[in-house]
Amino acid sequence: MARIVLTGDLARRFAGKDTEIKVAARNVRHLYQLLDELYPGMGEVFASRALAVAIDGDIVADAYLEPLEDDTEVAFLPAIRGG
Amino acid sequence: MTYEPKDLKVVGTRPVRPDGVDKVTGRANFGADHALPGQLVGKVLRSPYAHARIVSIDTSKAEALAGVKSIIVGEDMQDIAHELSQSGESAIDVHDLSLNVLARGKVLYDGHALAAVAATSAKIADDAIALIDVTYDVLPHVVDVDDAMKPDAPVLHDDMFTKGLEETPTTASNIASRMEMAMGDVEEGFKHADVIIERSYKTKAVHQGYIEPHAVVASFGEDGSAYVWCSSQGHFAVRDLSAKVLGMDSSSIRVIPAEIGGGFGGKTTVYLEPLAIALSKRAGRPVKMTMTRAEVFRATGPTPATSMDVKIGATKDGKIVAADCEFRFHAGAFAGSPVGAACMAGLTPYALENARVVGYDVVSNTCKSGAYRAPGAPNGAFSVESAMDELATELKMDPIELRHINAAEEGTKAIYGPTFKQIGCKDVLVATREHPHYKSNLGPNQGRGIASGFWFNVGGQSNAAINVHEDGTITVVEGSPDIGGTRAAMAMMAAEVLGIDYDRVQVVVADTASIGHTDGTGGSRVTFATGMAVTNAAEDVVTQLRTRAAATMGVDVDDVVWQDGAAIATKGDAGSLSLAEIAATAARTGGIIVGRSSINAKGAGPSFATHICDVEVDPETGYIEILRYTSIQDVGKAIHPSYVEGQMQGGAVQGIGWALNEEYFYNEDGILENPGFLDYRMPVASDLPKIDTVMVEVPNPSHPFGVRGVGEAPLVPPLAAVVNAIEDATGVRMTELPVTPVKMLAALDARKEAAE
Repeated sequence: MARIVLTGDLARRFAGKDTEIKVAARNVRHLYQLLDELYPGMGEVFASRALAVAIDGDIVADAYLEPLEDDTEVAFLPAIRGG
Repeated sequence: MTYEPKDLKVVGTRPVRPDGVDKVTGRANFGADHALPGQLVGKVLRSPYAHARIVSIDTSKAEALAGVKSIIVGEDMQDIAHELSQSGESAIDVHDLSLNVLARGKVLYDGHALAAVAATSAKIADDAIALIDVTYDVLPHVVDVDDAMKPDAPVLHDDMFTKGLEETPTTASNIASRMEMAMGDVEEGFKHADVIIERSYKTKAVHQGYIEPHAVVASFGEDGSAYVWCSSQGHFAVRDLSAKVLGMDSSSIRVIPAEIGGGFGGKTTVYLEPLAIALSKRAGRPVKMTMTRAEVFRATGPTPATSMDVKIGATKDGKIVAADCEFRFHAGAFAGSPVGAACMAGLTPYALENARVVGYDVVSNTCKSGAYRAPGAPNGAFSVESAMDELATELKMDPIELRHINAAEEGTKAIYGPTFKQIGCKDVLVATREHPHYKSNLGPNQGRGIASGFWFNVGGQSNAAINVHEDGTITVVEGSPDIGGTRAAMAMMAAEVLGIDYDRVQVVVADTASIGHTDGTGGSRVTFATGMAVTNAAEDVVTQLRTRAAATMGVDVDDVVWQDGAAIATKGDAGSLSLAEIAATAARTGGIIVGRSSINAKGAGPSFATHICDVEVDPETGYIEILRYTSIQDVGKAIHPSYVEGQMQGGAVQGIGWALNEEYFYNEDGILENPGFLDYRMPVASDLPKIDTVMVEVPNPSHPFGVRGVGEAPLVPPLAAVVNAIEDATGVRMTELPVTPVKMLAALDARKEAAE
């Protein structure tokens, strides 16, 4: 199962504190669905595209179909604007 | 794709840049060079007030002026709901973007556009602008970020209710959002500190300072489609954002990229393009618009001004036990400062157990801030790295040693969530410590400072196609505007994979209808991501070349290898066929060979940099001279080292300007007083020594050639490196940028008076 790291405002708003949870998601899109079931409303945050995804440390843009394997680390961070 | 060490023949060399001759002879076409038959000249009416309600706009006199062909005002633009539009690696609120392109209801800063005119000459367009009669109801304004956060500050947007609080407030304010990132227990951590440094810092807005002003030619046709010629950091973003603002289909706008005379993040959005399209549509003729330098300063994105508090505690042996930061960034007139990136980047060079960063995104009556190399990170690093320097002084510890003790490494969990893979943070610090510059002697009134910095780097979407011509030459077609020499890098990577000479490869940056969507040239992504697409496309070509050669030679394709630009049969006596030989018969063996790749690249890999700066401070005048400067950075693998060194030098120079000279100076009426290079002082060659560079090559494991982005990290450390050097020279800690001679002298005098 993928290891989901919830930090910052996303964690406080939906989980009350920073936390790590294990989720059996096939890919990022599936993860969004499962997290929205676990934390109703989180799906809207993902849909707003205000967050980027880091998979095993790599920031990935629009990573819907990125496969998630066992112990893959997934973190969410504010979308970054490069210069 | 993963990195595999291999012998390289082209990558890592320093061939002549393909665009060099055109640029030095003046043949290169920049945004303002383009012209169409019958084109009109477009001009913009801009607000003379920092904050005012638009009571009325009367364009009747301007419309009656002979030669005026079209006029647009805010009411002519469609209303757009708040919606984030993906623009490359970031999202832009198209509602705010539309209001920034042309004001409706209120003007929010000095220079805010509120009408545009197209006429048969520049003189007539200027006269028409002067004839537009606007009635304003001038409102109280606020410029400073801390002032803008006060409860009694004039509020810019009645519908702005701070996001990110536990309860959404019912009163509108200028605080667009609050964010917080934390790890461990900060309060508990500070209990174990032997030394604590706590300081506040401020930086001013500074402009990217690109030489080329924003310019566009737009031609709207009878079929409802538009052609747009402009320079930008991303012509696909210009297309998509213009389409959103104007309610057009993306396929109805074709953007042809011009050469770009600098962007540094400032050309990742649109200002003139929707106006030029709208004016052309009304006039039925092409419209050309070119900003003056004053317009560039007044109306295009500088970096935000900031106010920051930092508290760092460490044990006697230099181990950081807690860090607590609050960053307040003004976004300009619309929400969206890079405070999030600052929160994520400021502390990231260090492996911390207890840390917290709170960020506020604040609006004020200033030009909407834009991206500027590593947006947010230089500001954050200025505060953290200044505090780190004081911490080292208090601990009587070498500042590199303090950083090395606490440096992030593989396995370190960053405050924003991810765990680092292979990174070069420590390698860079070791290279800095061992550099002769760091060991050299200093004279009277001289000082040395060092500072570190981090930038994420991004991947994103890139497309590339490679056409193999009948004579064996190659054209690479890609979609990334070339700002930092990326055409050379693309040609080199293609040549390396194909096993041919660099000068057999031409690179074309194609328009939005001629190649698939490619994210903008920003985020230090092009050599990494578009380079990966070009590498993929070249490997696609190699596969096809091997297949054609195998069929021609009558051998199995698995028995054909590609080596030194030729398909070589590994069994039997079939021999080999060169790329040129295969290409010459391509029409008869299946048609022209075209390699393609469309990717959303991941694995950009972060960059770490450390800079050494020596200064001499004149105690009589406060003048600060940069004596020597060395930029050390983990660059992954340098494809074309000269370009990488150029990025490292350019970032250092811009950071030195930020530290010593540059600032947006607003008067008490909120009017920008220095919108020109005479009064907005950027460093020039005679101000600076040669910037020395050290490329630390820690290959990025996620790129076939080990590439990391290099364009932004070099602007992260300089602000603090300069200020730390000033402190070393004078014993005075400067906490507000820029450190002008006036400010320096005042600080020296104050210390002298205090001592007497």
